[in-house]
Amino acid sequence: MTLPLFPFGSDPGPSFVELLRRTSAAAQPGSGGVSEAIGGAGGHLAGPGAPLIPGVAHGTTIVAMRYENGVVVAGDRRATEGNMIAHRSIEKVFPADRHSAVAIAGAAGTAVEMVRLFQTQLEHYEKVEGTRLSLEGKANQLGQMVSANLQMAMQGLVVIPLFAGYDLRLKKGRIFTYDVTGGRFEETEFHATGSGGRDAKNTVKLGYREHLGRDEAVELAVAALYEAADEDTATGGPDPLRGIYPVVATVDSEGYRRLDDSEVAESFTRVLERRRERSQGGAS
Amino acid sequence: MTMPYYVAPEQVMKDRAEYAQKGIARGRALVGSTYDNGVLIVAENPSNTLHKISEIYDRVAFAGVGRYNEFDQLRVAGVRHADSKGYAYSREDVDARSLANVYAQYLGQVFTHEMKPLEVEILVAELDPAGDAHQLFHIAYDGTVADEQRFTVLGGEADAVAHRMAARFRPGWTLGDAIVACVAGLSGPARTLHAGDLEVAVLEHGPWRRSFRRVEDDEVAELLAQGEVAEPAVEAPGPTKRPDASGATEEETGEAASRD
Repeated sequence: MTLPLFPFGSDPGPSFVELLRRTSAAAQPGSGGVSEAIGGAGGHLAGPGAPLIPGVAHGTTIVAMRYENGVVVAGDRRATEGNMIAHRSIEKVFPADRHSAVAIAGAAGTAVEMVRLFQTQLEHYEKVEGTRLSLEGKANQLGQMVSANLQMAMQGLVVIPLFAGYDLRLKKGRIFTYDVTGGRFEETEFHATGSGGRDAKNTVKLGYREHLGRDEAVELAVAALYEAADEDTATGGPDPLRGIYPVVATVDSEGYRRLDDSEVAESFTRVLERRRERSQGGAS
Repeated sequence: MTMPYYVAPEQVMKDRAEYAQKGIARGRALVGSTYDNGVLIVAENPSNTLHKISEIYDRVAFAGVGRYNEFDQLRVAGVRHADSKGYAYSREDVDARSLANVYAQYLGQVFTHEMKPLEVEILVAELDPAGDAHQLFHIAYDGTVADEQRFTVLGGEADAVAHRMAARFRPGWTLGDAIVACVAGLSGPARTLHAGDLEVAVLEHGPWRRSFRRVEDDEVAELLAQGEVAEPAVEAPGPTKRPDASGATEEETGEAASRD
């Protein structure tokens, strides 16, 4: 590798995607969004709405909601290939940088690659420019990556991320969702995507109010994932036998924090207890 | 008809070296030193926004002296090199040695083939994640590389500063001791440097993936004040305490940004 220097006028600026485009044509064919080589193999997480390849069950559930001091993002751990469970412990919620999180639904390989590119992009900008992008700027960057992936999405490799973070300027949590063309929409309260998204969203809708506390929000997200797993075969529930629990993360002014599995397990226990009480109460 | 002059290659090289040295000597010096929790870099730099010291990657830092536009171009190229490498391979595959080599090649190339050599000297520092075998690569304007495990000095009056540093350096010293000594080394006996005149950054062991941290003026002032109390009568006027030196406020985002 030689030093990546560019003649005046063709400098890629603070964009890592531009840099890749200029330095390695092989790694970034065509669209320049996410490496096309990777998407082909591997499991599917979810395609909201559009079936990916006919007969392929795909599943995932991502939940995000705002609470008093930030946002909580949660995602189950299952990836499916056809009617098989491809992975039990895949992760779909990632820190994008210190104050934001990105969660993915779609073709697993492409999605994970998109997250890696996005993380690198944010850090690259920060280092080159000496200052961080605004939350809005980060959300737009991700939208551009989704739209760069449109061609592959047409071939069935849909990737739909959900972006959430703490806006240091507005001092609040914000949630952004995308469609397959890269269209960016801001959600004011909560959102859920993936094959179990509808069940999860309904659960959140029933329990949501403004200014939820952090613990309440975490519990509501966990309950939503539980309900989604209850109805959707492609969404994995809690797995105490293997010790696999959904990834639950919060982002507030202190930054991204992933909850320990033990915390999530406790939260699940409470949700289950409440359900049990309710069903017993109804029976008597 | 004019005849082209013949100039001996020795003379050409000597002229270029002199030119580069002159440019570098105009700038102020910079010291990099290892300490008990990583690598410390101290530069004399009154500006709060135009940095001489920057983050390259998780464990790698960059510092430059000389012409700002030239070393900043090298810094950005270094970030690009490191991020591309980390993205193509893995984060742990990014190291200072390969980056230092790439810089050396480029500087050497420019020195021998271009009209004007780069008037910069740069430092590429790497934190050893497992222990204290940290690396300091000092790269000169002509592409000469030197690696150090103790301390290194760049910029104007480097020899005098290095001499003062050599007298005080102790392996495994604390951050406070190291800052006091580096500042004393930079200032010399005749001057006094305050927190506002300095740019200080560390690569430190910690729970974070990114080990680079800017040490803000408040903290520098505090460490200097403590050092002053601990060793009251070292040579002439060393770094004097300035508890009120927090006047120059550093941009907050820089600090928080270095903490992912």
